[in-house]
Amino acid sequence: MARRLMNAPRRAGFAVLAGLAMATAPLPVLAGERVVVVGGALAEIVYALGQEHRLVGRDTTASHPPQVLDLPDVGYMRALSPEGLLRLAPDLILADEGAGPPETIAVMRAAEVPFASIGEGYAPQDVIDRVTGVAEALGVTEAGAALAADLAARFEAVEAARAGVERPLRVMFILSAQGGRINAAGAGTAAEGIIALAGAENAVQGFQGYRLLADEAIAASAPDAILMMEREGDHAITDAQIRAHPALGLTPAAEQGRIIRMNGLLLLGFGPRTPDAALDLHRALYGGQGDGGS
Amino acid sequence: MAVLDLAFRPTAEGDRSARARLVLAVLAGLLLLIALASLGTGASGVSLLAVAADWLRGEELGLRERVVLFDIRLPRLVTGMLVGAALAVSGAVMQGLFRNPLADPGIVGVGAGAGLGAVLAIVLGGLLPAWAAAMAGMHLVPIAAFLGGWASTLILYRVATRRGRTSVATMLLAGIALGALSGALTGILVYIADDRQLRDLTFWGLGSLAGASWAKLAAAAPVMALAMLATPFLARALNALALGEAAASHLGVPVQRMKNLAILAVAGATGAAVAVSGGIGFIGIVVPHLLRLVIGPDHRFLLPAAALLGAALLLLADMIARVIIAPAELPIGIVTAVLGGPVFLWILLRRRGIVDL
Repeated sequence: MARRLMNAPRRAGFAVLAGLAMATAPLPVLAGERVVVVGGALAEIVYALGQEHRLVGRDTTASHPPQVLDLPDVGYMRALSPEGLLRLAPDLILADEGAGPPETIAVMRAAEVPFASIGEGYAPQDVIDRVTGVAEALGVTEAGAALAADLAARFEAVEAARAGVERPLRVMFILSAQGGRINAAGAGTAAEGIIALAGAENAVQGFQGYRLLADEAIAASAPDAILMMEREGDHAITDAQIRAHPALGLTPAAEQGRIIRMNGLLLLGFGPRTPDAALDLHRALYGGQGDGGS
Repeated sequence: MAVLDLAFRPTAEGDRSARARLVLAVLAGLLLLIALASLGTGASGVSLLAVAADWLRGEELGLRERVVLFDIRLPRLVTGMLVGAALAVSGAVMQGLFRNPLADPGIVGVGAGAGLGAVLAIVLGGLLPAWAAAMAGMHLVPIAAFLGGWASTLILYRVATRRGRTSVATMLLAGIALGALSGALTGILVYIADDRQLRDLTFWGLGSLAGASWAKLAAAAPVMALAMLATPFLARALNALALGEAAASHLGVPVQRMKNLAILAVAGATGAAVAVSGGIGFIGIVVPHLLRLVIGPDHRFLLPAAALLGAALLLLADMIARVIIAPAELPIGIVTAVLGGPVFLWILLRRRGIVDL
């Protein structure tokens, strides 16, 4: 008993070292039959690969397809509970790079639960790499290669559509507008990624991540279009509210009524549906002249 | 409720030490029971009885049972006991030292400083040079929280000490100013944090024992244990201090030495507690008041009783936190506040005016 107790910290320490080593080594081929998926886009990829029968759990960020919500929820991807995960007796955890906390991941390694960390990124190749990574971890490389090829083809279609753009529109992505304060996406965000894929430019420049914008900054950014997530309740922003907003109302986007709403996970998930999302956005921007798209 | 009624019935004036000893024994028994229950409770459904039976039959434990018991629940149990005890004892010491029922460990600036340290680590940790990041590893946030707590205590102490005398009133006021400053700096960091860091900050602020590990305990447990072992030496002095500083020093209490020791102990205990578990409110203020109602303000009994009850309450809250929405987990700060708030209010309503020192 005592010896075991003494071993525990050493084992955990080793697990951390092993974790550091794994981060650089290629993913081993794992074949779990009880898989917990952590990350909304990864869950979508598992379904797209037709491997959903192997899932036994998901995190709160997974919401598509709707059946995924029937699985037990292990909590927010950055605050996973070690015992909660072990309760599901997983033999593979598929997680976004950002999943954590690191203590939980160390315990998973101590419990010898295979842990596949899948990279992130907002470029087509990143999405394809994620599909390949998930497929390898699940041991379904053929299905993975097929899905990756399909994705590559669809991304080419997006690229072709993008090539036809003569003057890229400037798009502002609004995350929320609580109390009239506009929280918009800057550089390095998923929103900027999808805007670029759709052949447009992020109208908001000069900072990383999401920030509250001053009214003058909104006016200066002068977006041709405004992009938002479909929401209900308090977070919903109506076209009338945008036109009535002192700064947003003066932008070309509001004047031309070019206000686009799309499903959040579809738009920002960077999973298998991303080419569709990019094409949808592209059509909403360039397809019907100035028609709102929603 | 009948038991509570009995407990809070005012006794005849004078000596309550017999009752205090009884309460100490009951609390020790309670803590033992809760600790056993805590070892046997968790989302994974590993049962202590089943494991014990296997062990008695001489069977080797499965890897899953071993990890759940020895890598998850046991470090969590020890962390919970130490943190709960540290927060409650620190609260009792601070209320005694400041002769103020509102005092809690946060008053020496530990809370705000530790919070700032943690936020700094979460938001700017990525900017550390590689060697420093590798050294701190995943313990960067606890280390930063501990250093932040200590730094702010030292600043407060320096501000409040003139010619070898520490003014508790100055410390109280300076604590408020320093708290506001830490809050502002935290605000700036929150502003530049990205979405993920914001979620991390929120979860850190709500506290959790989920990250408990032997490695963290090895660093934090000695600090908490040492600090708490120092507090019994403060008990008599704190009792004398209830009469006022001048009276206490006429009674032969080395007031300044005692203040130094008390501040050092509280900064150590809460700094380490906050570092391993994040922001867990309420224990430091509720536990001492509850106990004063039952056993009176004598610090010789109040301090050990606070340690026992604080540990028991935090373990209980943690048990709830980890099973109520399994396989996910609730931040423990939510549980302590939801459980403690109404109970405390109920007591205040029933015994209005009894809460004084």
